[in-house]
Amino acid sequence: MQHFISPVLWQFLVKWLTHFALFPPEASSIAPYADGLYFFLIFISLIGVGAVAFLVIFFSIRYRQSRHPVAVQIEGSTLLEATWTIIPLILFMIVFVWGALLYFRIYSPPPNAMNVYVVGKQWMWKVEHPGGQHEINALHIPINEPIQLTLISQDVFHSFSVPAFRVKREAIPGRYTTVWFEATRPGVYHLFCTQYCGTLHSQMIGWVYAMKPDDYQAWAAGSTSGHSLAQNGERLFASLGCNSCHNSTPNAHGPNLANVYGSHVQLANGQFTTVDDAFLRDTILNPTLHQVAGYAPIMPTYQGQVSEDGLIDLVEYIKGLNSNYRIDQTIDNSAGQPVQTGATPGGTSAPPLAPGTVKP
Amino acid sequence: MSTSVSLPDQSTARLPKVSYLNKEYGLKSWLLTKDHKRIAIMYLLGTTFFFCIGGAMAALIRLQLLTPYGDLLAADTYNKVFSAHGLIMVFFFLVPVAPAVLGNFLIPLMIGARDVAFPRINLFSWYLFMTGGCIEVCMLVFGGVDTGWTFTTPLSTHFLNTQVVAAAMGIFVAGFSSILTGLNFIVTIHRMRAPGMTWFRLPLFIWSYYATSVIFVLATPVIAIALALVMLERVIGIGVFDPRMGGDPLLFQHLFWFYSHPAVYVMILPGMGIISEVVACFCRKRVFGYTAVAFSSVAIGVFSFFVWAHHMFIMGISNYSALVFSLMTMLVAVPSAIKIFNWSATMYKGSISFDTPMLYTLGFIGLFTIGGLTGVFLASLGMDIHLTETYFVVAHFHYVMVGGMVSALMAGLHFWWPKITGRMYPESLGRVAAIILFMGFNLTFFPQFILGYLGMPRRYWAYPPEFQALNVLSSAGATVLAIGYLLPICYFIWSLKYGKIAGSNPWQAAGLEWQVQSPPLTENFEQTPIVTHEAYDYEWLANQTRNEVPTVG
Repeated sequence: MQHFISPVLWQFLVKWLTHFALFPPEASSIAPYADGLYFFLIFISLIGVGAVAFLVIFFSIRYRQSRHPVAVQIEGSTLLEATWTIIPLILFMIVFVWGALLYFRIYSPPPNAMNVYVVGKQWMWKVEHPGGQHEINALHIPINEPIQLTLISQDVFHSFSVPAFRVKREAIPGRYTTVWFEATRPGVYHLFCTQYCGTLHSQMIGWVYAMKPDDYQAWAAGSTSGHSLAQNGERLFASLGCNSCHNSTPNAHGPNLANVYGSHVQLANGQFTTVDDAFLRDTILNPTLHQVAGYAPIMPTYQGQVSEDGLIDLVEYIKGLNSNYRIDQTIDNSAGQPVQTGATPGGTSAPPLAPGTVKP
Repeated sequence: MSTSVSLPDQSTARLPKVSYLNKEYGLKSWLLTKDHKRIAIMYLLGTTFFFCIGGAMAALIRLQLLTPYGDLLAADTYNKVFSAHGLIMVFFFLVPVAPAVLGNFLIPLMIGARDVAFPRINLFSWYLFMTGGCIEVCMLVFGGVDTGWTFTTPLSTHFLNTQVVAAAMGIFVAGFSSILTGLNFIVTIHRMRAPGMTWFRLPLFIWSYYATSVIFVLATPVIAIALALVMLERVIGIGVFDPRMGGDPLLFQHLFWFYSHPAVYVMILPGMGIISEVVACFCRKRVFGYTAVAFSSVAIGVFSFFVWAHHMFIMGISNYSALVFSLMTMLVAVPSAIKIFNWSATMYKGSISFDTPMLYTLGFIGLFTIGGLTGVFLASLGMDIHLTETYFVVAHFHYVMVGGMVSALMAGLHFWWPKITGRMYPESLGRVAAIILFMGFNLTFFPQFILGYLGMPRRYWAYPPEFQALNVLSSAGATVLAIGYLLPICYFIWSLKYGKIAGSNPWQAAGLEWQVQSPPLTENFEQTPIVTHEAYDYEWLANQTRNEVPTVG
């Protein structure tokens, strides 16, 4: 056979037939559900295409001009038309409900998920684990544990896609988005940027390493930079002078930030809002956007002064902040020179988070 | 209740001495014409030119994707090539081609009018279209643009150094051509129908073009606004879409898709109108369920305005608004399903002949069914997360817009070619081309569904090597598809001189346009026709042909 077609083509045919794949690997807890819906959709498509093909081919043969020279005029049939309106409608509604359930599942992270931050920038993915592991175009995760990604872009739209997990989420400049998954099979899987983002869009790819928990612990211990995100955040908090207002002294100008994450606060316009990652990020960059009731709008904007990485550090720090003890300490010890306190390493009030733990 | 058909003897048919083609001569008589038929021909030339540019870009894309490592073009060049392909094909071919070519030529003829309501505006819109097109071509010559056809902010506003403003300006200008054309058609259909031509005697072609025109008038201003804001943001930095200045990049997505999703229906609704005409004629029957087909066009036009956010399911819109938009998208699929089944049912107890337009129509039904059903995959929220921004989407919209629309356009061009030129295209070559187009299309785009589910992202200059086999298959299919397009272009040109003389009604079709000479007179009808029969009334036609069909010689 290979004598009759070009060797190059032959090579492709052999390669394709031996590596024939119609589906990416099913490597997350969601993948079987997504594939289930996919098979259902293929099933109803086959029915639809089959029905239309049958009608068209059957009528083409049965009523071709040579066999059926005289057309019979038929106006229509309300009953038939109602049938082929209602049956597709019912099928589409099933698909709608099924798809919606899957969507809510993929985009509603469980509360105990381990959080990992991902910053997209032209043209790479920067992954930041709370324990201080930083990766470029790679993501190491333990299997059988829900992982929540908090995504943001530093420049243009990107999209974080792991086909083997059947999840994807846009990384948008200026706002956090989240997605979660639970890997079920150890392995190395493609990570793609799927939103066109400029010249090297197709090079903004990497690998997801799903590891057994023991292997993951070993990797995490060996790859940490030594400073957790919260520790970096604490240093930044001091060096930006945040502690001069956000402390627990009686004359503090800003709200006390201990245990603020997840709480309900009243805004100056009377509305209530929950403090989450996006709220914290917004108030750092654009403080008057969500002015908290009872405080004067005196906080300056930090737009352009803190990178997305720094914002993540700050958010992660404030998330885990449950006491103002160290903040007040820094003010007492070095009044007027808050910047230097950032050099104090170690300390225990914000202990390095073990990878895999997230403060609620 | 039955009709038989006896085709007129073409050997005795003569070309009329006077027609819109030879009433006046010279370039000036074309460039300053107010005749809707001549303007349609000028649109045909313009859109074919843009189609050739877009097609050449498509060829480069498929050549590039033969190998996984980006061997042929540099990354930036590839980005410019697919952007040019998308921009030219969408804004300068698919959107204008069916309304401006077949709509311009046929709407006055079908409703028994002398011309469209505003002939000067009609000519003006051709100039606007060509001005926009020239800006776009100049933009390509002076370096091109690499935004993709979607102009995603903030990439297009702050991160690229290419001709974004020129690209947006070209579309901005051409957009007014769409608005004016839509306005012209709406007024024409409302005000200029011949006596007796009631709304429910209109051919279904007119119903779908009416829906198209409404979308043109209501949606196009929004893209004009969106693109104007992109230009302003780029030039003077107004900050509407820039999060650093308090803007919202998602706002652009909303504005862009508020136009661009209805625009998708602008690309398919006229095709549906063409298919209704062709199916009726080649089955010798009235379209099954006229009212349902007519109102499904209107329903598609209305629903199309409420589905835009289905392009943004993964972009962080609220989960509940995603629910609403998914539901609306499911609903918009239903009228399309109704149409497919009604066309199929039209064949029941018909007397079916398989000339070229009918072959294209059968191809359309097959490809559009696949395209529509894969749209349901994408409308389904959870599935969309995995499929969006992959080759699955690319395959889906090519099935609808190229497999569907271009097949329908080919059906329409072959069907009305004798009316437009007075001559027949070569029938056997036409059938071959229709089959080649269908096979080539499936070979090119079906593998892309599989690639998409495997996760290959769209707009990739280089890709992981395991996707190569399917890409090679797709590129191989594209060569077949290219023959399917080039062949008709060649024999259409050939037929202008050597085609058989068609006579006024070669298909024995019932529409008003077939009751006048081919090619028609500049004033279309010698006297205003009085319509006494329903659309697709082949019994009326059978009686009519017993009398001599009047021609001017």
